[in-house]
Amino acid sequence: MTDVDVVVIGAGVVGSAIARDLAGHRLSVALLDARDDVGDGTSKANTAILHTGFDAKPGTLEARLVRRGYELLSGYAASTGIPVERTGALLVAWTQEELEALPGLRDKAAANGYERCELVGADEVYRQVPALGDGVLGGLTVPDESIICTWTTTLALATDAKARGVRVLLGHRVTAVQPDASGTLLRTTGGDVRGRWIVNAAGLGADVIDRLFGHDRFTVTPRRGELFVYDKLARPLVDRIVLPVPTSRGKGVLVSPTIYGNVMLGPTAEDLADRTATGTSEDGFAFLLSKGGRLMPRLLEEEVTASYAGLRAAIDHGDFLIDADADARYLLVGGIRSTGLTAGMAIAEHVRALIGEAGLVLEPRDDLPAPPRMPNIGEADRRPYQDAGLIARDPEYGRVVCFCERVTAGEIRDAFDSPLPPAGVDGLRRRTRAMNGRCQGFYCGAEVGELVATRAAAVRPCADRPCQAGDRDAEEARR
Amino acid sequence: MTARTPETPGTPGTTGTVEPAVLTPDVVIVGAGPAGLTAAAELAPRLDGQVLVLDREREAGGIPRHSDHTGYGLRDLRRVMTGPAYARRLADAAVIAGAAVRTGATVTGWAGDRSLEVTSPQGRLRVDARAVVLATGARERPRPARKIPGDRPAGVYTTGHLQNLVHLHHGAPGTRAVVVGAELVSWSAVLTLREAGCRTVLMTTELPSPESYAAFNLPGRALLGVPVATRTRLTRIIGSGGTGSDGSGSGAGSGVGGHKRLEAVEIEDLATGRRRTVECDTLVLTGDWIPDHELARSAGLEIDPGTRGPLVDTALRTSRPGVFAAGNVLHPVDTADIAALDGRHVAGEVLAFLAGREPSPDGVRFVADAPFRWVAPGLLRPGDPAPARGRLLLWTDELVRVPRVVLRQDGRVLARRTVPWPASPGRVFRVPWSMVRSVDPHGGPVHVGLR
Repeated sequence: MTDVDVVVIGAGVVGSAIARDLAGHRLSVALLDARDDVGDGTSKANTAILHTGFDAKPGTLEARLVRRGYELLSGYAASTGIPVERTGALLVAWTQEELEALPGLRDKAAANGYERCELVGADEVYRQVPALGDGVLGGLTVPDESIICTWTTTLALATDAKARGVRVLLGHRVTAVQPDASGTLLRTTGGDVRGRWIVNAAGLGADVIDRLFGHDRFTVTPRRGELFVYDKLARPLVDRIVLPVPTSRGKGVLVSPTIYGNVMLGPTAEDLADRTATGTSEDGFAFLLSKGGRLMPRLLEEEVTASYAGLRAAIDHGDFLIDADADARYLLVGGIRSTGLTAGMAIAEHVRALIGEAGLVLEPRDDLPAPPRMPNIGEADRRPYQDAGLIARDPEYGRVVCFCERVTAGEIRDAFDSPLPPAGVDGLRRRTRAMNGRCQGFYCGAEVGELVATRAAAVRPCADRPCQAGDRDAEEARR
Repeated sequence: MTARTPETPGTPGTTGTVEPAVLTPDVVIVGAGPAGLTAAAELAPRLDGQVLVLDREREAGGIPRHSDHTGYGLRDLRRVMTGPAYARRLADAAVIAGAAVRTGATVTGWAGDRSLEVTSPQGRLRVDARAVVLATGARERPRPARKIPGDRPAGVYTTGHLQNLVHLHHGAPGTRAVVVGAELVSWSAVLTLREAGCRTVLMTTELPSPESYAAFNLPGRALLGVPVATRTRLTRIIGSGGTGSDGSGSGAGSGVGGHKRLEAVEIEDLATGRRRTVECDTLVLTGDWIPDHELARSAGLEIDPGTRGPLVDTALRTSRPGVFAAGNVLHPVDTADIAALDGRHVAGEVLAFLAGREPSPDGVRFVADAPFRWVAPGLLRPGDPAPARGRLLLWTDELVRVPRVVLRQDGRVLARRTVPWPASPGRVFRVPWSMVRSVDPHGGPVHVGLR
């Protein structure tokens, strides 16, 4: 049985950041996830924006942590190679009500400590984004909003955590908890795991876990957001994030470049009961097409490369819900909305402070490994297929397997050889972009599928049975 | 090979970075399918310099490589053979003629007007050619581009993906398939499924009748026992188990290898609006072609809004001097032999360009009137030749059994003729060039329609 100082439940961006942060101290840490990969829940499907926090509600914990997280993650991205592009954002007003809301948003940004927003007229809006549809009345700029690779962010944090000694236990769904005198025993689908302290960062499942600990304080409502990702050929239409102005009639949809060189339109917002409903819908598509047709008519002439739906963990609480229960040695990290991508590392700092106040002794380590250097899957920097020197040293980086996304055999090999290898095609997509392109497998699907079938089975003892303590040693012995 | 720079990549530059090796062929052809290989075989013996064919796949031959049924070669080779045999034969012919065919070589962009950036296991290359032929072909729209909502289970394919899986990788689809489309390529998918032990339980088409060749239609249906639901569209994909694959700011999500399994599809009768589900574990989305136009568009070539491929004249010139296009990137899609004959046609025009012949700057546009979706080639310049095979190619959205073709220019009827073949959706409709003879190449656009 795994028996550690701290168990973090949930290997999304927030849980991975917390595990990594705690493992910077003389503590044993386990990071659990119900799924067979890290970052496979809410963290994998969002709008992938690194937020300045300009529009957060001033004075909230969320506002503070998003602002701090922006700094922390910007620095961490630079040191680990997480792709980031500082595109800036432009809020666009299409109605009088939206136009009148802009000065208030600028003031709110200032109240959040962000002073660089500027009101601009319709002419300037069209100068910045000429492809916008007719009827723009004005805009507000947010020069520091950025786009980021959410997949690499979670992977970097989890890889770093693993390098710091965190036991990453995938395929461990918590089914019951048994408090004892000095901690809690977690019953999971992958075997028992015991921790002196438990951190609940279970995202969409955080309320369920919280009830297992005897609380009844919030309910997660999955909010489905559907998105279209347009072809890379659409990218010249939009070089910055075009945001809707939030009004009394709800939020609109955004148009944004993606870190992989596409253009994204969405999301919808629909509250659901089913926490696994990641399917797309006819109504969602119709909504996106009608909004998109007004926002940027030319975008709709381009091909849709992908459509997907993500579930945000909306809760009945206006702020992040982070609370330590010193007696139970239990800490809840709930209600982390899409801003959790930006805020993750700041949430980890905050959790560290709370858990320290609650009595956990935190003694910083002086023997930490350097952070990992992540493979670049963004378009802003040079990718392996473009690197003549790299290809000369290793021809596998010259063998393009996925033509649309230009993913090479070398990168696929590296993904399987990495400390957190993919368990299947989806994991490989998030690590390399293989099969994410416009042909969606027409050309490379069969070859990638074959690679995954042979490599995933070979590298991954946890793929078809739950990981047990000791697998980590076996994995390391094999390398 | 006439590369003037040694092909040893990894030569350190003065700054310590590695510079791509440079190749300088007379002609570079992008795409080793029927059009590109045929163009190469025609050009290589007639040029002193190199003719270089680049293809990103591991083997030359293009789509016919994985279309393991007969029917190839009729119009270009005057004999009929299977797709793989045809692909091998064209590839061999290009090499025997003296062309260099490089596979595993992906063209990733332009370095100049007639200069390409290439990635290959032999290194990063730059290819500076005197002329470029784009023969990049076409592909079927995958699920996201068709905007089909629902779950994202494994088991959803295009014909290309399916045939690649079955014929080149010896993989297996499921046991009960629904095929969307009822045109030639759809029946090709049915044959592939049958070979892989998967029964096609239903084909659907939004049209009032199946579109494909008669040869495939009645006997095909009888032989394969596949029911065809006409005036029917796919409205939802239903999966079960696990959760679907998601994306984030990029493109995960075709359902290729997601966690869920395909259980059924929901289809709608367009006449009544009634919906029902059909159980299946395999879904093949066929037809609905889009040219692989990335290089054409990234070059800024003028694009034909109908075909979405590069706009070309009857000599297959694009809007950039010295850059030509041939094959299904121009007319998505015609049969492989027609693509090959484009390759033969473009070869003569490339030679003329290399010999210094300048095209007229003038020309008239062809415009497709409903029910036609596109016409190719799209431009006729004074003094230019008839197009490949002396035919204008068109694509119809409606079945017209007895088409009365009308050409109009500047409000006047140039020609009208009833042709003895139907205009059928899902296959190219051909108009003889003799109808075009009286076009005024200095006049207004020429409208091609039906009466």
